[in-house]
Amino acid sequence: MTEFTPFQSLLGGALIGLAAVLLMLVHGRVAGLSGIVSGAILGGRGARGWQIAFLSGAVAAPLIAAQLFGATIAFDSPAPLPLLVAGGVLVGIGVTIGNGCSSGHGVCGMARLSRRSIAATLIFMASTGLTLFVIRHIWGLA
Amino acid sequence: MRLVSAILAGLIFGAGIAISGMINPAKVLNFFDIAGHWDPSLGFVMAGALAVTALGYRLVLARPAPLLAKRFDLPARGAIDARLIAGAVLFGAGWAMAGFCPGGSIPAIGLLRAEPAVFVISMLAGMALARRIAPTAQGAARA
Repeated sequence: MTEFTPFQSLLGGALIGLAAVLLMLVHGRVAGLSGIVSGAILGGRGARGWQIAFLSGAVAAPLIAAQLFGATIAFDSPAPLPLLVAGGVLVGIGVTIGNGCSSGHGVCGMARLSRRSIAATLIFMASTGLTLFVIRHIWGLA
Repeated sequence: MRLVSAILAGLIFGAGIAISGMINPAKVLNFFDIAGHWDPSLGFVMAGALAVTALGYRLVLARPAPLLAKRFDLPARGAIDARLIAGAVLFGAGWAMAGFCPGGSIPAIGLLRAEPAVFVISMLAGMALARRIAPTAQGAARA
């Protein structure tokens, strides 16, 4: 069970949007996390500096909130290790051949009404729901 | 200035992921578990993010150029092809298995727990593998 948090979730979502707008305003870049991680760590076209800086900030925010200000951030990872690893590999393959994830397609692309991003988002949301149904309610895992 | 603004955008993004609950795999998975303990919070995350981004992009993209770059680097508006569909199906399956998406996993590293690190390392292996087996003309994943 997790608690329904409409206000925090709406506020947090608005901050995610603000970060995406800021990145576009200043750098002219899409805030797609799969592309940023891939570019920063595995390399790609263009400069890596802003990508590494963005990722550092993203890691630092919860770290500072928890370590310096003692904020409690709810976290529970229910996946057993084999599912965590296999899921990670599938996410890596999927976002690379599909050119994006929930931030790139789901937020930035959908906000631009990109047909590709709308299609990708509908498909990965459906795929996530169906896969989870099989894992939880048919196999009884996680 | 470039690096400072990118760090600031990252900090805001990380705070948004933490406050919204996207940092918590259990919560994200419960959004997709309509047959179980459904938690609709993720819909509110999407709504908040889309509203601000759609409005902000309208204003920003009306400018001739970004503040600190020559031009806006936007993904091309291509066709909905087999790669896009296959990629989305695989991403969704992996998201359901692990409970992390890329945007949730990076800020989660800051919680100093093992699971986000295991996920991110596995994801990087998948990215490297996909680049080898299915290289594109553009190179890396962009959006």
